[in-house]
Amino acid sequence: MIESLELNNKSEKTDYNILNLGPTHPATHGVFQNILKMDGEIIHETTSTIGYIHRAFEKIAEHKPFYQITTLTDRLNYCSSPINNMGWHMTVEKLLGVEIPKRVDYMRVIIMEFARIADHLVCNSIIGADTGALTGFTYVFQWREKIYDIFEEVCGARLTTNIGRIGGMERDFSPACMKKMHDFLNDFPKYFDEFTLLLERNRIFMERNIGVGPISAERALNYGFTGPNLRAAGVDYDVRVMNPYSSYQDFDFMVPIGKQGDTYDRFMVRQHEIRESLKIIKQALANIPEGKFFADVPDFFLPPKEEVYNNMEALIFHFKIVMGEATVPVGEVYHSVEGGNGELGFYMVSDGGRTPYRLHFRRPCFVSYQAYPEMIKGSMLSDAILTMSSMNVIAGELDA
Amino acid sequence: MVQIDNQYILTELQNKFGDRIYNSYEPYGLLTIELDKNSIKEVLQFLYDHKELQMQFLTDVCGIHYPQVVGKELGVVYHVHSLINNIRLRIKCFMPIENPAIDSATFLFSSANWQERETFDFYGIIFMGHPNLKRILNADEMDYFPMRKEYPLEDGTRTDKDDSYFGR
Repeated sequence: MIESLELNNKSEKTDYNILNLGPTHPATHGVFQNILKMDGEIIHETTSTIGYIHRAFEKIAEHKPFYQITTLTDRLNYCSSPINNMGWHMTVEKLLGVEIPKRVDYMRVIIMEFARIADHLVCNSIIGADTGALTGFTYVFQWREKIYDIFEEVCGARLTTNIGRIGGMERDFSPACMKKMHDFLNDFPKYFDEFTLLLERNRIFMERNIGVGPISAERALNYGFTGPNLRAAGVDYDVRVMNPYSSYQDFDFMVPIGKQGDTYDRFMVRQHEIRESLKIIKQALANIPEGKFFADVPDFFLPPKEEVYNNMEALIFHFKIVMGEATVPVGEVYHSVEGGNGELGFYMVSDGGRTPYRLHFRRPCFVSYQAYPEMIKGSMLSDAILTMSSMNVIAGELDA
Repeated sequence: MVQIDNQYILTELQNKFGDRIYNSYEPYGLLTIELDKNSIKEVLQFLYDHKELQMQFLTDVCGIHYPQVVGKELGVVYHVHSLINNIRLRIKCFMPIENPAIDSATFLFSSANWQERETFDFYGIIFMGHPNLKRILNADEMDYFPMRKEYPLEDGTRTDKDDSYFGR
């Protein structure tokens, strides 16, 4: 690839430099390689190489029972694994035709919105860090840790959560967990306002971000953009509103949109989405219905341990679930959720066996990252770094 | 204003393309059509330009392999979405494994570029008219297509491990 670029180089008049950015460059926050053809400081052409952390999840998924695939989805967008987990559970539930209790829906919404906040906090604070304002990063990162504390209280894990089960949640929210959530809702806005004050109307930050890496709404749609990146370009497509899942229709929230599709708009859309997520969590916590935290799917939802030890049927079901013996209907299903950076889709073909016949992840990063060369053409090298941060490209999701 | 539903899409497509649509069904409410693979360009363009439907968003492209269906082993599955009407359509095109070639959707959708490269990478489906059809996630020097069903997940000659009871 470098050779071919060099060949082109010779035939043209202008003397271009070839710069190899990545795959392990500290400024790109992940394993991305871009071979840049540069005219001084200006980027003339970009070739993106991906696949450095490809782990063949789709192949592995064809050999794993359904409940074991949850751990694969953790590792897609690892900044918001709970959303991926829930998306996968809902896909299987859609295939099985399970009716989910309202309480589970609300619990899932709470977890997913906390995950969204964590995801957007990482992205936005890193935009700050890349423009030279590291302070904001240190301000909000402790709040991401607090969100991980909440996840830990719910499921025992922090980053790759494996949260929830097919058919519900693994356990109800404990009083300690509830306290952590309420504490977060009480304390976080104050710190978040401070972060906002630091960056949003900061002259240096604005000058640095406005007009950087723009994309028009038409191009964004054509490139398959979804999520905050698409909304920053001015298209109000949000899966939560368009095709509500997990009772999102019950909540009152806004879908912030931008206008120019540049780095600043992407930053602002995420800022406002964090506030909207807080609103959703508050509503969900206030109105969470009483009831069971799991649906009636004995073939997939593990029975409580006491019953497994003392009850024959529970033991049989436990055994069947762990060995992946439960059968599923034949069919194909597509389910999508609004992930941290766009529409995360699961396309599953089932032949009735214990594993999916085919499982395809529609990863928003993978689809939108191909627009990157077009977005940074003609801009400065430092703007390219900023554009990549603001697109929130997560290497795990890019390569699956 | 016409009622845009699965029935409407199917009628429109059948009026226009007739018997080039081999089959149609609605698993879990999502209209799915099996299409003659030579018509994919025309159909995507028709759906894109259609005044009412405006299916202008290509959500997903992926491959699938059915080794036991002779003559139609490999397939490409497209999900197109009309953001205006909020309705999706799934299009499947099957082709023989000896000559897995289909027209590329890149003439209409820039998003098809990498998704078709991924499909080529895993299934060896050739997208004619693609600007840069080469491997994307796997190593360039790989000489097989790993998502085809004949390739085992692990080395089949291993004897130290028996997974037959563990859901595989």
